[in-house]
This record gives sequence, structure tokens and C-alpha cells, in this order.
Amino acid sequence: MDFTIDFTKEQIEAIENVLEEELIELGVQSVILMDLAGNVIVNLDSGGTSHDVFSLAALAAGNYGAVSAMANIIGEQEFSLLFHKGEEESIHFSKVVDDLLLLTIFNKNVSLGFLRLKVAEAIKRIQLLV
Amino acid sequence: MALINPKKREVQVKIVYYGPGRGGKTTNLEYINRKFKKRILNEMVTVKTYGDRTLFFDFLPFDMGEIKGHSIKIQLYTVPGQVKYNATRRLVLRGVDGIVFVADSMDLRREMNIRSLQNLKENLESFNKNINNIPLVMQYNKRDLSEEGIPILPIETLQKDMNSQLNAPYFQASAITGENVTATMKKIIALTVSSLRKKLE
Repeated sequence: MDFTIDFTKEQIEAIENVLEEELIELGVQSVILMDLAGNVIVNLDSGGTSHDVFSLAALAAGNYGAVSAMANIIGEQEFSLLFHKGEEESIHFSKVVDDLLLLTIFNKNVSLGFLRLKVAEAIKRIQLLV
Repeated sequence: MALINPKKREVQVKIVYYGPGRGGKTTNLEYINRKFKKRILNEMVTVKTYGDRTLFFDFLPFDMGEIKGHSIKIQLYTVPGQVKYNATRRLVLRGVDGIVFVADSMDLRREMNIRSLQNLKENLESFNKNINNIPLVMQYNKRDLSEEGIPILPIETLQKDMNSQLNAPYFQASAITGENVTATMKKIIALTVSSLRKKLE
């Protein structure tokens, strides 16, 4: 079992389109599609930010693993959705398929409820592409 | 396997420093971070406990230039060496492309080295990987301690314990002074990247 999925150029472009339409247009700062090895597969931003996405992805993969271990302790297979709230910026994580996570960074101007709907929509569309 | 982005023509390569606790894995990365400061755009990420021990992992990304028209992004990780953190070590090994095993040369740590190497084999097997098929470099760290009168294992003993079957390239090093730290890193990058060449063609 190896965890990295190979993507074609066309797949990456199609995923970028989905993320652009569903999330960047909604006003999120930055969105990262990553695998659980911590690799960044697609990274889009609205232009106003310069986050260190590689470190973020490495930590997010670790974080996701740690939280999955917590889930196992209470008898859950995993927590497929995580949310970290900050003063200005927040991070939303969601599982796409087994080895892929979608990380969304957004500020107070985006409502969490709406974001969750849009993330769910984006994930449905990405699942058809991978 | 390394992640290849055909659109950006970019390859992300994951190299993990493995070995027993307090063996100098983090010190290796700290030295690399200082020495190559100009080429490393991002801060080194490190998650430690109070006692300065690695809790989660250290992470150091940098760009290595181009190979066959692809820009190569090297990502160096360490694992927490302490025995109890095996779940985290497995997590960090996910998708690994190359491994540096940092063995502690101190006499007292002989058993710990052997156990940690066994643990690495088992963890790789849990991902259906075989230690014999993955790029690997041995580093015998803390060679400088002999100058302070601290008993260290002779290279022959370390080679016999750690490397008699693997036959991996090895270095005598001192992460604290930087001796052979760069050589170790260059070797593992060369081995890992050459194992990827086929995939890039």
C-alpha cells in the first residue's frame, strides 16, 4: 500500500477549476489539496496571502493522524472533518477520499456554515475526478 | 513514492531521519538549516516537548534545483526517537522516499540502535515496504565524543550490528560540529533522486 496517487495534468487542472469555482470565489484565502504523506497536490489562493503551504501540509497530515488516533480511542474510525478557529483566520480540514485531505483557510468574512456546504460540494466533484 | 505534479513540473521528495532517541536527528536538521539558510525559504518546523525532545517531528523543506525539467522540492523530516512514540513514527514514514538512519556511536546505546533499526523494518513492512528496496544511508553520529574520553563503539562493531545485511553507504559524523552532516544529506538525496529518474522520463 503506497499513499501517493499519481495525477495527470488534466486531472490537476480539473481539480483547480472545481476549487476555484466552489471556494476561491466564495472568498476563502487559500485552499490546499494534499495527501496524507504531507504532499501538496493543488494549492490555490486568492492572491492576498503567502502562507508556507508545505509546512502547513506536513503539520496537517500529522494532525490528521493524531486526531484519527483519538477517534479510535472513543470507538470512531476517524473524524472526517476538523475545524480550528482563530481570532482572524480559521482552518477547515475535510477528507476527500482515503488518502486526500482538503484544507481551507478563511477569515471572518466567510460563514462557516456556507463554507461547509461549499466544501462538501467541491469534495463531491473532486471524488469524480480522482 | 514522491509526488509528481505534471502541471507545475514539480516533484516533492520525502526524506526521513530515523533512529533512537537522543541520537542527533534533530541536530542534523538544525545544522542543515543553519548552513543552507540562504536556500531555505521557509522556517524549520519543530514540535517539541519541554525537555527539548521531539514530540511530533521536525520538518525542513528546500528547493534543490531542476532534474529532467522538473523542479525538485526536498522535504526533510525527523521522527521522534523515543520508544513510546511509535504511532507518530509510522505516521511520518507514510510516503517516505529515502531514509537516513542516525545511529548513536556511544557504547551505552548499542542495544538502542539495534532495536530502532528493527522498529524501522517493522514500520516499513506495515506499509508493505522493504528496507532493502528503499534508498538508505547510515550515519554513525557522535564520533566527536571519543575526544572527550566517552567510550564509543568502533566502526567495525557498528557496521556489523547495523549494516552487515543492508550494505548501505555509511558516514562517520558529528551532527553537533556538522562533520559529514552535509555529506550524509547529499548522499541520500542523490540515491533518492536517482531512484526517481525513471519515473520522470
